[in-house]
Amino acid sequence: MKYISKIYVALVFMILYIPILVLMLFSFNATSNTGAFNGFSLYWYRELFRSPEVFDALKNSLILAISASCIATVIGTAAAVGIVKMKNRVFRSSLTAVTNVPMMNPDIVTGISMMLLFVAIGTFIGLSDKLSFWTLLISHVTFCLPYVILSVLPRVKAMDKSLPEAAMDLGCTPVRSFFKVELPVIMPGIITGLIMAFTMSLDDFVISYFTSGNDFQTLPLLIYSMTKKEVKPDIYALSTLMIIAITILLLLSNFSGSKDEIDRKRHQRMIRKAEKKSAVHTQNTGKES
Amino acid sequence: MKNRFVLALIFCCVLLLSSCNRGSGTGKTVTLNVYNWGEYISDGSEGCLDVNEMFEEYFEENYAEKYGFSVEVNYTTYASNEDMYNKLRSGAATYDVIIPSDYMIQRLINEDLLLPLNYDNIPNYEHIDPDYKNLYYDPDNTYSIPYMYGWVGLIYNSNVVSEEDIGSWDLMWNESYRGKILQFNNPRDAFGTAMYSLGIDVNTTDHEEWQAALDLLQKQKPLVQSYVMDEIYNKMKNGSASIAAYYTGDFLTMYESNDALGFYYPKEGTNVYVDAFCIPTCARNKEIAELYINFLCSEEPAVANAEYTYYGSPNLLVRENEEYIEVLSEVHPDAVSLLYPAEEDKVTATYYHALDDTTQVLENDLWAQLKIESTQSTWIPITAWTIVGTLIVFLGFGIIRNKIRESKY
Repeated sequence: MKYISKIYVALVFMILYIPILVLMLFSFNATSNTGAFNGFSLYWYRELFRSPEVFDALKNSLILAISASCIATVIGTAAAVGIVKMKNRVFRSSLTAVTNVPMMNPDIVTGISMMLLFVAIGTFIGLSDKLSFWTLLISHVTFCLPYVILSVLPRVKAMDKSLPEAAMDLGCTPVRSFFKVELPVIMPGIITGLIMAFTMSLDDFVISYFTSGNDFQTLPLLIYSMTKKEVKPDIYALSTLMIIAITILLLLSNFSGSKDEIDRKRHQRMIRKAEKKSAVHTQNTGKES
Repeated sequence: MKNRFVLALIFCCVLLLSSCNRGSGTGKTVTLNVYNWGEYISDGSEGCLDVNEMFEEYFEENYAEKYGFSVEVNYTTYASNEDMYNKLRSGAATYDVIIPSDYMIQRLINEDLLLPLNYDNIPNYEHIDPDYKNLYYDPDNTYSIPYMYGWVGLIYNSNVVSEEDIGSWDLMWNESYRGKILQFNNPRDAFGTAMYSLGIDVNTTDHEEWQAALDLLQKQKPLVQSYVMDEIYNKMKNGSASIAAYYTGDFLTMYESNDALGFYYPKEGTNVYVDAFCIPTCARNKEIAELYINFLCSEEPAVANAEYTYYGSPNLLVRENEEYIEVLSEVHPDAVSLLYPAEEDKVTATYYHALDDTTQVLENDLWAQLKIESTQSTWIPITAWTIVGTLIVFLGFGIIRNKIRESKY
């Protein structure tokens, strides 16, 4: 049984990671052949840094992903905090459901409907460029939002309600208590949401395909347009660099997450100690009386 | 501390946003939106010239004073004519220069989506080979100027395929190369191979002729390794397949990494395509677009593009350029005669015209028939349904067990 479970785990990891490893391996290939490895070389990395098209697209993708994920994080965090504080239960649960729609919706539906909306509005206002960087940004913020809300919401729910109350009791304004007390508590959720939104936005193809204008081509769109001729290994090199960057990002976020876990455990220990003390104290006072 | 982190992020985001809007504030830069096929222009990679940058400099030197602004080329790419058409049709984005293929140009003209060109701004039109002027899609070149052309030919691996079998489309139906043949994964080109082989006009609207082509493709199916498009490159390069129909320029690209590959134009005739510069009606800088087209028809950029893509250039200046001929001959000894055949062995070739609606529906139906009626993949639905069935059984079992437990307490 033990062996079977080990083999099972090995199999799962193989299926998950072998494609990536193959991609990494062939990014170091000396020729553009993907059938055979013809020797180690950094040729494609050099090529990558020389091709302006790919770099422009990468720059565009990063600009878009960073701005979309930041905006989505701000809006999403506010939404999550607001949803938890709602009094009306029916309204609250229906709002949660509604915010999840962009996530459950097939990308293609979101993409086409967004395009129709933008074109309609653009024609109405009389814009000459109906689709542009801004429409792309709006659509990316839209589909990133649910991921942020989904990762922040449980944090807000799990937060001890007495913490902000205590802060306000001690003279904080509500705004100050939000920034000083609530925000640090829900921060791990926000960071997770930010990273999720960033990666979702970075690799989105379908929605970008429909909502991008002529002035802004993201990396997935560029790679797709290359498939008429062959996709050259400099894209493998780029993918390898991106995988490494994302792995580092994930490790960092995990590290900060675990640190937070330690903090929370210490915190809980302290609370338990204090409770014990006070329990002993009340016992003692009970005896005395 | 974490506050400051968020602030810093927002700050970065604002900075990036403002940086991506560069140029638009000065009012002295005009953007020229060029929409082209992917990998279809010399873009500065692998040590070639960056044609778009060259145009910006060229404009700066020669026209900036006249017009009072400088030009920035905004170059984006698409993967197929249909992608481009949809983007244009949706009216969402504006482009100044597009480079569609022949049948698509005809369609765009019919739908009034192209602007007539002003030849006063495009004097370099005179360098275009008369053979590629006044073609069926645009009888007097009112709307288009040819950019590149190419033929479909048969690529074969000379280590596997014997010399006596080559020469005609029959190679793709040759029993002895079972499992070594690649067929196009799009209906137009796949039916095309069968129709050329049967000697049927590829633009036929006759149902029986289409049916005959389907029968031939179905006969071929057991021999075909797979239906592919751009995977052809890898499969042919590493020798996992030995026969495929594809374009001349792409053959030269493949030949660079596998010199066992051979190429010929089938004697029954084959498909030719022309991609041409057009200016869509949504263009905002028609004059600049014409200057751009004119620039790409001048010697240096045209040579750079032809060297980059290996496709045939209809520009006579390119053919007479010694450096270009030398580069081509280095790629493949016969490259020049493949791309620019002499008068006596001209390739017999026809264009694909845009099909009418009923024929298009028929084509799609027949294609679906070919792709769905597969003999070898019956086990795929069987496994899928087995997995689904097992899952349902397990779920049902779990639910019933829970119910029983609940009823016990």
